Amino acid sequence: MSSTGKSPWIVHYDGSSCNGCDIEVLAATTPLYDVERFGVVNTGNPKHADILLITGSVNEQNVPVVKQIYEQMMEPKVVIACGACACSGGIFRDCYNTLGGADVVVPVDVYAPGCAIRPETIIDAVVKGIEILEQKRKALKNKTLVEPDVSRMQSARDKVVDGQTVAEIASNSTLE
Amino acid sequence: MSNKTVIPFGPQHPVLPEPIHLDLVLEDEKVVQAVPQLGFIHRGLEKIVEKRDYLHFVYVAERICGICSFGHSLGYSQAVEGLMGVEVPERAEYLRDIWQELSRIHSHLLWLGLLADGFGYENLFQQAWRLREIVLNIFEKTTGGRVILSVCNIGGVNRDIDNDELRAICDDLDKLLDGYKPITETFLDDASVHSRLDGVGYLSKEEAEDLSLVGPFGRASGLDNDIRSIGMGAYGKLAAFEPQLSNIGDGYARTEVRINEVVQSVQIIKELVSKIPDGPVYNKPKGNPPEGRFLTRVEQPRGEAVYYVKGNGSKFLERFRVRTPTSQNLAGLLKILQGCDYADVPLNILTIDPCISCTER
Ligand code: SF4
Repeated sequence: MSSTGKSPWIVHYDGSSCNGCDIEVLAATTPLYDVERFGVVNTGNPKHADILLITGSVNEQNVPVVKQIYEQMMEPKVVIACGACACSGGIFRDCYNTLGGADVVVPVDVYAPGCAIRPETIIDAVVKGIEILEQKRKALKNKTLVEPDVSRMQSARDKVVDGQTVAEIASNSTLE
Repeated sequence: MSNKTVIPFGPQHPVLPEPIHLDLVLEDEKVVQAVPQLGFIHRGLEKIVEKRDYLHFVYVAERICGICSFGHSLGYSQAVEGLMGVEVPERAEYLRDIWQELSRIHSHLLWLGLLADGFGYENLFQQAWRLREIVLNIFEKTTGGRVILSVCNIGGVNRDIDNDELRAICDDLDKLLDGYKPITETFLDDASVHSRLDGVGYLSKEEAEDLSLVGPFGRASGLDNDIRSIGMGAYGKLAAFEPQLSNIGDGYARTEVRINEVVQSVQIIKELVSKIPDGPVYNKPKGNPPEGRFLTRVEQPRGEAVYYVKGNGSKFLERFRVRTPTSQNLAGLLKILQGCDYADVPLNILTIDPCISCTER
């Protein structure tokens, strides 16, 4: 259905960010940038959303939350990492409580740079996300899922923290 | 009626862009206790002071919180300057406080918008954020960044604002006030806003004092806690400074205090601009921080923040510690949540203007 194809709803989750990127995500929905004119609605409900915007890096405590939100979303879905922190851990990469970017937990489709990310970049990233969403939708019609390309995430996932790799920590943690 | 239910609130909740998690113990519709669970945004950035040298750490300190980013770089710089005995040029002190007051305006407008969103007044939310863009434009013009400014440095500021530009900023702020008046009228006089805020989260002055609340949260209960009154930096050059206080102590009072502070900040900026001296803006620090400690305070939009640094003679500081406003105010939040209606929980959380990322660092 082409008429429903171009207005994705987004859900935003703030990992361990400094807040700078979060307020820019919100600013993108307010009058100056106003993504709602493209039909992009910021929803609080993961089940309604097509695109997950993650700001901030992930740590042991929010790994299960990110995973849960991702799993609650319906296929097809797209993940956008907003800002340097979500892409790679950013300035907090070396902190003891930072595992890395969002891609250590969920497959990321679009990496949007910036510290803090600018609202224009967010809009660009969402537009890119729409394309990918479209591909996934087509694939889903043919009963296949587009497998995420995890090769570029591998080095982040192989990092060893406290004797475990980041990927192991991410897959072992659960919500209490 | 001793049937208690525990309802989890958050961490991902539409009312705040940040994750806050509370376990709410309910009896029917009343909250009897709220138990916070922290750590979702903990990064541990105090510790990397051992890995980044003291000049680079300004940029990390700035990212304690993206809303009061300028204030945090200011607090850290003040602490290191105190430790090293660096003299800050006078013009730089004025510029710092101008940026700091601009941050306060942007932070309060942001909060007013979130509050309006919290009680379902979408239009007001959009209007407040539209006005906020005026301040962000000023930031972008003067520093290049919208939320992370990277302009404060140890020994002064990285960029000067020339005097024409300063006057242009005052004009922009006048425009902001023109647009601000109608929305404040709605916030303060609209019956539906009153019905959502009156009596919400009442806290008496004694309670506020016992909990050592900081910032507008305490000031709305009549607690005079504004650090700007002691006159550090260019604040000492102001002809007069009257903290905005209220004796009502509820959500409405907190809104009123913050609304008045925006107007006050504009006046402060104008006064600073009229008095700013010419001169250099940066005095390069020499050598490494010596052995010793230093503690300083800054009035952030959300209240007093305390910065502590400990040097050991090398270029890496031994310890950096920050006590941020919200970590102090969380105790007040748990207090006002006791006995409130379940439906009012989001509003109660909003009225204290929580900043989780600086609480957890
Ligand atoms: S990328 Fe920069 S602005 Fe964004 S959350 Fe990270 S530190 Fe903050």
